[in-house]
Amino acid sequence: MTKQQANWSPYDNNGGSVVAIAGADYCVVAADTRMSTGYSILTREYSKICQLADKSFLASSGFQADVRALQKQLAARHLIYQHQHNKQMSCPAMAQLLSNTLYYKRFFPYYAFNVLGGLDNEGKGCVFTYDAVGSYERVGYSSQGSGSTLIIPFLDNQLKSPSPLLLPAQDAVTPLSEAEAIDLVKTVFASATERDIYTGDKLEIVILNAAGTRREYMELRKD
Amino acid sequence: MESLLASNSASERTQSPYVTGTSVVSIKYKDGILMAADMGGSYGSTLRYKSVERMKPIGKHSLLGASGEISDFQEILRYLDELILYDNMWDDGNSLGPKEVHNYLTRVMYNRRNKFNPLWNSLVLGGVKNGQKYLGMVSMIGVHFEDNHVATGFGNHLARPILRDEWREDLSFEDGVKLLEKCMRVLLYRDRSAVNKLQIAKITEEGVTISPPYSLKTFWGYKAFENPTVGAEGSW
Repeated sequence: MTKQQANWSPYDNNGGSVVAIAGADYCVVAADTRMSTGYSILTREYSKICQLADKSFLASSGFQADVRALQKQLAARHLIYQHQHNKQMSCPAMAQLLSNTLYYKRFFPYYAFNVLGGLDNEGKGCVFTYDAVGSYERVGYSSQGSGSTLIIPFLDNQLKSPSPLLLPAQDAVTPLSEAEAIDLVKTVFASATERDIYTGDKLEIVILNAAGTRREYMELRKD
Repeated sequence: MESLLASNSASERTQSPYVTGTSVVSIKYKDGILMAADMGGSYGSTLRYKSVERMKPIGKHSLLGASGEISDFQEILRYLDELILYDNMWDDGNSLGPKEVHNYLTRVMYNRRNKFNPLWNSLVLGGVKNGQKYLGMVSMIGVHFEDNHVATGFGNHLARPILRDEWREDLSFEDGVKLLEKCMRVLLYRDRSAVNKLQIAKITEEGVTISPPYSLKTFWGYKAFENPTVGAEGSW
């Protein structure tokens, strides 16, 4: 029989955009809740944000099955960490663990594009941004996923972060207030949803600060 | 990646399906879950089997529906039989609910895709336990989610837009069946591998019931159906 199907692929791209912004004393992590395959929507309510520790939140897009496997792996490693050290892992430590976990599968990678947001041990906002095989960098803000090409230039324009080449090194945090950052996140998602078919349905925002963690939701276009 | 695939091509791994079932459509309703699937088993474009049961009860609280490779589905049923049996042997009064079964299926599907030896199915898992309704899906490569209504394959294109319009949380059994029949009728008209012999399954706190096979009333007498080439004549 002649072959009718295209060659099978172990990967899929389930789309979606994620954003995180770090401030002096807060961090905002956001993602839409649409999950797609090809031109079809699978569900309009799938959370891409995962709490890995008290003060670290992972937002991921890419291949959902790999993302879930990655989240489970990190959750298991964090449980062991808690048993061994009797404390929650810090966000920078989780960032290194995530990098190592991704690189461990360098030759059959997790097709996952991650932004890790949280507060460091000084209570300062931190954002780490990754590629699929574990290269990472601490930044003041970042976006990954299907809408990132639309979102990043807008954030660059609005946040005017100091160049990482400047000496002495400048703080990577953004000058915005928490409320301004939340507003900015809502704006970038509303805009990305207009042009990116894989972004939409609903926006989930996690806000971390000294007071704790809270969530906000905003409806996005459903077409 | 290419060399990986090439070295595997000689061994026995399903890289394309043989006998396949088409869409499964399922919804939550007032008392539980309703699911519909036709009974066709296609061998490529040949309608090879006409009495394939594609929905099966799993344990006491779950109902599984499958599209895709029928033999892989039947192997999954053997895995699940063993799972439920071994769970039963604890004899501790606990039993696996739909959430646990769905999670198990998710891991099995993902594990097989990691071995480049996928189970060629889209699975729908519904169930009720402790008053909680559950409805989820798993794909061939391990992508999974829950929703109030789900559909596999063509159903995602043709049935889900209808469900998004008409589905409600407090749907009665009668209205739920009507809604599923509306979806199955659209699929029957538009999906060439759908056949007019289907079952509807129900799962509630009381257990699973799967209807005997029956057919939908159809109407083919539309003017456009009678002479479809009028106004589009061929060269002979």
